Amino acid sequence: MNNSNKKTTSRRDFLQKGLLAGTAITASVIGLKKVFSEEEMQSADKSIVFSPNGKVFTVDTNKLCEYTAPPPTNDGARIGIAGKKFVMVIDLAKCDGCKACTECCQAMHFTEPDKEWIKVFKMQDAETLIPYYFPKPCFHCDNPPCTKVCPVNATFKRQDGIVLIDNERCIGCRSCMAACPYSTRFFNWSHPVQSKEVTNIPYSPEHGFPRRMGTVEKCDFCPHMIRQGKMPTCVDGCPMGAIWFGDQNEDAVTNSEGITMRLSQLIEDNAAYRHLEDLGTEPRVYYLPPKNRKYPKPDMNEQPQLQKVKHGEMNMGNMQM
Amino acid sequence: MEITEQQYNRNEVEVLRETSIRPLRQWGTKVKIWLAFLILVCGWGLFCFIYQLQHGLGATAMRNYVSWGLYIATFVFFIGISHSGTLVSGILRITKQPWRMPITRSAELMTFVSLLFGGIMPIIDLGRPDRLHHIVLFGRLQSPLIWDVICIGTYFVGSSMFLFLPMIPDMALCRDRLKGTASKFRLWIYEKLSLGWTGTPMQHKRLELTMTIMTIIIIPIAVSVHTVVAYIFAMTLRPGWDSTVFGPYFVAGALYSGSATVILAMAAFRKFYHLEKYITLKHFDLTGRIVLALTLIYAYMNLNEYWIPAYKMAVGEGRLLNDLFSGTYAKVFWILQFGTVLLPIIAMSFPAGRKPLPLIISCIIIVIGAWVKRYIIVVPTLLHPYMPIQEVPWDWAHYFPNWVEWSVTMGCFAGIFLVITLFAKLFPMMAIWEVEEGMKIEETRRLGMEIFKKNESEEAKVATTDGNK
Repeated sequence: MNNSNKKTTSRRDFLQKGLLAGTAITASVIGLKKVFSEEEMQSADKSIVFSPNGKVFTVDTNKLCEYTAPPPTNDGARIGIAGKKFVMVIDLAKCDGCKACTECCQAMHFTEPDKEWIKVFKMQDAETLIPYYFPKPCFHCDNPPCTKVCPVNATFKRQDGIVLIDNERCIGCRSCMAACPYSTRFFNWSHPVQSKEVTNIPYSPEHGFPRRMGTVEKCDFCPHMIRQGKMPTCVDGCPMGAIWFGDQNEDAVTNSEGITMRLSQLIEDNAAYRHLEDLGTEPRVYYLPPKNRKYPKPDMNEQPQLQKVKHGEMNMGNMQM
Repeated sequence: MEITEQQYNRNEVEVLRETSIRPLRQWGTKVKIWLAFLILVCGWGLFCFIYQLQHGLGATAMRNYVSWGLYIATFVFFIGISHSGTLVSGILRITKQPWRMPITRSAELMTFVSLLFGGIMPIIDLGRPDRLHHIVLFGRLQSPLIWDVICIGTYFVGSSMFLFLPMIPDMALCRDRLKGTASKFRLWIYEKLSLGWTGTPMQHKRLELTMTIMTIIIIPIAVSVHTVVAYIFAMTLRPGWDSTVFGPYFVAGALYSGSATVILAMAAFRKFYHLEKYITLKHFDLTGRIVLALTLIYAYMNLNEYWIPAYKMAVGEGRLLNDLFSGTYAKVFWILQFGTVLLPIIAMSFPAGRKPLPLIISCIIIVIGAWVKRYIIVVPTLLHPYMPIQEVPWDWAHYFPNWVEWSVTMGCFAGIFLVITLFAKLFPMMAIWEVEEGMKIEETRRLGMEIFKKNESEEAKVATTDGNK
């Protein structure tokens, strides 16, 4: 017994070190365990687990708990996920303008209701052309006009293609908002309305909350979800499976119906295009033209009136608590 | 024929020195009331700014579409005004125009003050002014905003020197003349600022050399400043800003409003400081011609800026231009084009239009026009993005500055007048030694002309006598 106790102690030390070393990298995927407890509660079930550096050993099952690495803060979030190039494909033929994507996104990011990180537009390019619904997230351009003009490198392009904002560095000059041709960025004009639970979460540029007054925010492609092996929330939340998301390097995209397609095939078969291609921003979001639609086209005459609500009041009425 | 100190009128110099220094001797009640008024407006502006700091920029009328408004428009306007000093002091100095002497100080002061407040405007407009030091910590040279920080900073240091250098001999004069009337502290300031000036030929030579070097340096800096201010806008992909003519267009606009400001400052000091003897109708006529020339250039730039895209009517530009030509902003747009550009051109083309009163009216119209034009450059473009504006709160899609913005902006205007007034009550508003030098030059010319005429008439006499023989 003595012998085995010694062994577990050394294992425990080893595990702790391994945990510290490996958290940001692979820990979340392996589903690590909690073995810190001093009490040696014995149980019948043993589980075999991996440490981050690949060692195998056995622990009590009731000591295990799911481990998710917190999204990296600031410096870590600037680098991005190695070996990935994230892309989104939005099938306009499948979009019926239900705005579920917007709602999911707002719920997950604790967004004020007037800020739509992914916004569904009713578009009609010319009078003789058909109208269609057009969900528009941030395009995470490969030639981003917004990061170019940032005076303090608060908004940046990562190696995985994602453009993020560091709200702890942003000085609120709004140059990026002027530079973005897609009106994708929002500004925190006043004190953001946030509940205690939200403000208690440590800040990470990967999810953008808790938000700070006087800084810019926008769609972030949900890298904190990707790190957990999940899809961005708008992709998951689309009841039509109209939004595909994946890795360009793998040439694979998946939608909410769990269907995985080859990206190049999807682009080729549907003659995909990118919005305002001639601006040269090289968006990472592709659109499939609204051909053979399954849903009625939007009524362009039915443009909702602009809401005559005062800025502050609107926030208060729909607080997310 | 030597021209010595004694030969030109010592009395004249004495009158000049006294006229320039007299306003510094005492502060009248009118000045005190004026100062009190300015401090009040400034204080209110400051109060509103603190209110804005507490509540965030949401206290202004700016929202997500119009994310730059009155503050940025006024920033561009102030930087434009700052071209006045460079124009008069720099360009007229390098082209050796002796008549510039009495108006250089007021022009350089305008540059200094408008740059000071021009630099403050974007900081007021920041969402996080508390993180201003991030510009130093994380500054990126690729950002147009950093170009602005660098260029405006350099221009501010340069124009401060440009203002200060020709003040050195005058400081010595104040130091000597205001003994007894001014407080000890003020005399100490004059003493320090005069840098031990005694007026030796060596000192004069050095000062002249430094001024020449500064002139050569400051002109390109001034051009760069307004060019990079334009680049903040022109480096974006927005219809209305995405224009290759924007740099020179802004420089022309800056010279147009800056030169008009020179005339206004000149007229104000002429009236309040009784400088009619030195600032004459000739000055109005000549500066009026300069403003006319610059307004013509500006009109030409306007033509390029609007006519070229209007001919093609591409999608994005077309939407914006329709709104400017015949939509929401049509009235303001055409008043600006005809009322503040074409009308002054016509007025100033006639000699009668370059008399003080009509010229001052033209210049007031030009300065106000330049300010409103900045607003028309900034705001309508932001309201015409590529993506349609749909289903947003009403105030996102409409912009007019609210009371906070007006108050803070007016506070800045009051600040400009405050600094000018204080400066003018502490330091002479004419470069006395330069005007003296100008008088010397004119005296020399006059003497030279007399000698020339004398010789000519003698020669003619000889000729006639020769002919008679």
